Amino acid sequence: MAVDTTEAAAAAEAARQAMGGIGVSLARKEDARFIHGQGHYVDDVVLPGMLHMVIVRSPHAHARIKGIDSSAAMAIPGVVAVVTGELLAQHKLAWMPTLSGDTQAVLATDKVRFQGQEVACVIAETKYIAEDAAQLVSVDYEPLQAITTPQQAIAPGAIVIRDEKEGQTDNKIYHWEAGDKDATDAAFARAAKVVSLETFYPRCHPSPLETCGCVADLNPVTGNATIYMTSQAPHAHRTLFAIVAGLPEEKIRIISPDLGGGFGNKVPIYPGYVVATAASLLIGRPVKWIEDRTDNLISTGFARDYYMDGSVAIDENGKFIGLRVNLLSDNGAFFADAQPSKFKAGLFHIVTGSYDIPAAHIVANGAYTNKAPGGVAYRCSFRVTEASYFIERLVESAAVELGQDPVTTRLNNFIQPEAFPYKSASGFEYDSGNYPAAMKVALDMLGYDELRKEQAEKRAKGELMGIGVASFTEVVGAGKGKDYDIAGLRMFDSAELRVHPTGKAILKLGVMSQGQGHETTFAQIVAEELGIPASDVEVREGDTDNTPFGLGTYASRSTPVGGAATAVVARKLRDKGKIIAAHLFEADVADIEFAKGKYNVKGSPDNVKTIQDIAFAAYTNIPDGIEAGLEGVTYYDPPNMTFPFGTYLVVVDIDKGTGQVKVRRMVAVDDCGVRINPMIVEGQIHGGLTEGFGIAFMELITFDDEGNCIGSNFMDYLIPTAWETPRFELGQTVTPSPHHPIGAKGVGESATVGSPAAYVNAVIDALSHLGITNIDMPITSDKVWAALRSKGVTE
Amino acid sequence: MFPAAFDYIAPGALDEVLSLLGQHGDDAKVLAGGQSLIPLLKLRFAAPVIVVDIGRVEGLEGIRRENGHVRIGARTRHRDVESATELRGTLDVLLDAAPLISDPLIRNMGTVGGSVCHADPAGDWGAVMLAVGAEFVVKSAGGERVLPAAGFFEGPFTTGLHADEVMTEIRIPVGSGRSGGTYLKLERKVGDFASVAAAVHVVLGDDGRIATAGIGLCAVGAHSIKATAAEAALAGQEPTDAVIAEAARLAGEAAEPKADIRGSAEYKRDVARVFVQRGLHTAINRAQGAAA
Amino acid sequence: MKVTFEINGTEKSVDVEPRTLVVDLIRTKLGMTGTHIGCDTSNCGACTVLLDGRPVKSCTLLAPMLDGKKVTTVEGLAAGGKLDAIQVGFHAEHGLQCGFCTPGMMLVGKALIEANPHPTEDEIRWGISGNICRCTGYMNIVKAIQHAAAANAAENTAGVA
Ligand SMILES: Cc1cc2nc3c(=O)[nH]c(=O)nc-3n(C[C@H](O)[C@H](O)[C@H](O)COP(=O)(O)OP(=O)(O)OC[C@H]3O[C@@H](n4cnc5c(N)ncnc54)[C@H](O)[C@@H]3O)c2cc1C
Ligand code: FES
Ligand code: FES
Repeated sequence: MAVDTTEAAAAAEAARQAMGGIGVSLARKEDARFIHGQGHYVDDVVLPGMLHMVIVRSPHAHARIKGIDSSAAMAIPGVVAVVTGELLAQHKLAWMPTLSGDTQAVLATDKVRFQGQEVACVIAETKYIAEDAAQLVSVDYEPLQAITTPQQAIAPGAIVIRDEKEGQTDNKIYHWEAGDKDATDAAFARAAKVVSLETFYPRCHPSPLETCGCVADLNPVTGNATIYMTSQAPHAHRTLFAIVAGLPEEKIRIISPDLGGGFGNKVPIYPGYVVATAASLLIGRPVKWIEDRTDNLISTGFARDYYMDGSVAIDENGKFIGLRVNLLSDNGAFFADAQPSKFKAGLFHIVTGSYDIPAAHIVANGAYTNKAPGGVAYRCSFRVTEASYFIERLVESAAVELGQDPVTTRLNNFIQPEAFPYKSASGFEYDSGNYPAAMKVALDMLGYDELRKEQAEKRAKGELMGIGVASFTEVVGAGKGKDYDIAGLRMFDSAELRVHPTGKAILKLGVMSQGQGHETTFAQIVAEELGIPASDVEVREGDTDNTPFGLGTYASRSTPVGGAATAVVARKLRDKGKIIAAHLFEADVADIEFAKGKYNVKGSPDNVKTIQDIAFAAYTNIPDGIEAGLEGVTYYDPPNMTFPFGTYLVVVDIDKGTGQVKVRRMVAVDDCGVRINPMIVEGQIHGGLTEGFGIAFMELITFDDEGNCIGSNFMDYLIPTAWETPRFELGQTVTPSPHHPIGAKGVGESATVGSPAAYVNAVIDALSHLGITNIDMPITSDKVWAALRSKGVTE
Repeated sequence: MFPAAFDYIAPGALDEVLSLLGQHGDDAKVLAGGQSLIPLLKLRFAAPVIVVDIGRVEGLEGIRRENGHVRIGARTRHRDVESATELRGTLDVLLDAAPLISDPLIRNMGTVGGSVCHADPAGDWGAVMLAVGAEFVVKSAGGERVLPAAGFFEGPFTTGLHADEVMTEIRIPVGSGRSGGTYLKLERKVGDFASVAAAVHVVLGDDGRIATAGIGLCAVGAHSIKATAAEAALAGQEPTDAVIAEAARLAGEAAEPKADIRGSAEYKRDVARVFVQRGLHTAINRAQGAAA
Repeated sequence: MKVTFEINGTEKSVDVEPRTLVVDLIRTKLGMTGTHIGCDTSNCGACTVLLDGRPVKSCTLLAPMLDGKKVTTVEGLAAGGKLDAIQVGFHAEHGLQCGFCTPGMMLVGKALIEANPHPTEDEIRWGISGNICRCTGYMNIVKAIQHAAAANAAENTAGVA
């Protein structure tokens, strides 16, 4: 009788779904608690005797503190303490180290250096009382001149912001170079054409919907310090806490419960955490500190604020032969960028992007200003976003000046598929890529040629329509540890896998989900590697007492590093399983085969022991000389980064009368290697495209001349709603990472990295025939209107 | 973020509200939908001694047509105007404006009267009321006054309303002529106040000429602005492109915008012009299409 | 002062300061932490609850305003151990990531399809535009609400048949 193939295929598909291995769009395991309203976030933590802390912040951007009077606040019933910098100084806690090796004031003692800086903390029985009392803390300020741009900061004679730092006589922070100056100069000397671009990537803010906060619970008797905190990197934070607060590390337990988003905002250590911890220790009661939105926007890790100018040298055939980029970064009052310590401008030197440019030279300078510190990677791998934006904008300018379609310019200059692994002029080794392929898929999805025709027709009628192209390359998944560390901690990551006797497993990770669905994705890796259904694998993160040390989740490193660790530890257990299987089969280990959760002796595929049988035997019937149990841990140090890429296309229509831009279409083709859970991957891309849209068109933190922050709440810091957000059309190509155990590359941030340039290029494409070459983000309607008016276009 | 402490009372009868306001004067604040007052309390920009919630007073809600007027109870929610489809053809501008006010959740609470009394220069109802020539019925323990919308808005968050008065009703005259209107708003995203907005309401005469035109501008001055010169330039005219363009230009000139993060003064003035021009075209088309 | 209201079908009487915000009353006094706080300026909708069936921002409501009213929070969605269609939709369509906006989004979605059982995509996007999601880009939230609407429609047809 013939086998019914469709039925067999259906059965195989059902088995695949039930296993939930790689490639299955498994509905998320973590959803249940969230849809019941039982997500457990830091603000949901309530401990007996818990006090509430509110921070008193500076209204000035730059001022000397002449005195602080907290007597009126202390007089309010229910106020327990008012902590000032002076008190902290007695405990050597007034200053703390930053992730970039600088220092940052925990509570200001001498001067305030940005509006919103932490000056005092009120601790009270209820949050209402704490807020009432905070209004009564009176601080005597002597205002100083505020510096609000890095250009002002580095001008000769500028007032020195960090006058407390020994040897600091100006506002310069760092000077950093990458690439080869001489080779680049030579390329420019023989260029047939040089195209330049000057642009500013403004300050924006990750603004996860949940703000930052903590509940610090220090027991003076036991010395145990349990700190619930909004942390993307709980282990690293534990170590830093030990160093900053001088607490014994074995007594510190950081618990990062559910995070309401992170996007880089929850990587640094903020003064609030430190003060709440110190206060809990001094008072002997738990202290809760939860930011309000303004606290979050004006004081915690911002992103970008890069002024970039540069040029590309082009030969007579339209080939790029050299790239020069200068950047000046505004780092705020303290250099607190969260990035690998050897790289002062993060991974900005990936700025050659997807293009084969034989010579490049990058010069970066950083400056202090009277603005909040931060420089976090807002859904970005350490300044890759700025780099990608710059090169994709510059290529757009090059296309305009060459009189080419921007697609042609790109195709002419892409690193070709056969050139991988490719060594870039600025020092990266790109692991894999196929840029023309992603471009082709995107063009077909969009119907590019038709739209170009429509654009020409519209233009003839005086209507404004543009098509934007961006073909980004990302670099994610730091380390390797030898080259990449944060505050000295090498950037490996870990996974501990325990298979219980009944064949169910628990996986503990050093990374930390903020909504990326780790509880599902990582279970799927175990399912794939060990054949234990994903539904039987419980994933744990975020409790330093119960997970192995890791560097945490940011810069799209969870799948590249934590995911690799998971695959590797699963493979370790699989190999141990072979020894046990050999024992059960009374066969030689070398003769044991494993596939999809089943062991058999070569040649007899029908006589199998399942992984569950093996797990049971691991605790009940272990061969002599072999340790019991089926558990293991791996610390994975990646051999290289991974290099996700893609092509994004955007179509916009512009209203000449108001300058409003409407995104008509957005096609995003991503290549992030192997997709573990395609549904989750697409969700990550949707989110990133939306944040990219926000950055391109509305998200902005800016300052007036006095250093007052504009964009200090959600009335002014604009986050797109469902109404403005474009409807995304996603496509994919799959170029597996050759060095990653499962070929995955990380995708959490590609869309934020790649999309801003696509949106902006679309606007410029609509306007370039009028001679408009650049509008800095956010592209607001008034800027478009002004550009149109400057060219005499009006309704 | 929490308000400072205050006393709270929610009387069931208007008289009680009025006597409380008479008694407490400036120390009291009326609470309607709370969608402007509560944010202010939280930011501690307002710190009244007593909050008088009018949410339980009967008879302050609803939309009716009576004696040549559409009468809107002061406590009518934005969303109830949004769904008052019976106003289509009579007061298009109200129906077009309502859904553009803040966001769907705020519209479920916020009230028309609260918005008018709050007098935010970027509040949408102010411009609409100026365009349609509304009158506001206000009451105090001492009696009732009827204040025309023109002249009611005196400055940012300042009106002709006295501290002891409550607005009870908004009356909008509706004639028998063919009318049309619309509302155009430039906002940076849903939930944003206007950067610029324009309310337009046109009544056509039997001869097809413009009988009256009402134009209100939002967010381009210290308070909602009635573009009287533009209105005058339209009255009695054939609705030609040239007439409309000239009126739009005059409306732009009536704007007194200030530069801010949303754009330069020139930008806002020009958008006001563009909106009035587009709005007049829509309004006139609608009026011409409408049955008398 | 004393305030009496119904929450998720149960009557509650609480003693509060008048300045208590409803979101805080629910989270702190009633210990139901599914309602979240995402901003101070009434912009985000993380605090959304249904007040007499309509979605409102509970951070912009004073506790005494609840007197005599009915409140529904995310905790009241599942009834008798059975998930509401909106909850099923969010799970099935990956309508949530970090979950912080999710309670508010589900409540808005539920109210939306109750008022308009067959919403278009535009109507859904407009209807949820008072709620910010920072993670999902809204694509799957739209699908989740459509999923729930379709499930409700199927159930109604099944009921008729
Ligand atoms: C996020 C957000 C976005 C918004 N966006 C917009 C927008 O785009 N456009 C817009 O127009 N509005 C907007 N608003 C404001 C909103 O429309 C408010 O509903 C409205 O301004 C006030 O109405 P209310 O009923 O809530 O008044 P309340 O907040 O209760 O009161 C406002 C003020 O008016 C007084 N008052 C209220 N009712 C009366 C009365 N009957 N008699 C005398 N005094 C009274 C109060 O004492 C108070 O001073 C927004 C609000 C928020 C929170
Ligand atoms: S908490 Fe943001 S709207 Fe209520
Ligand atoms: S899922 Fe994170 S904010 Fe919506």
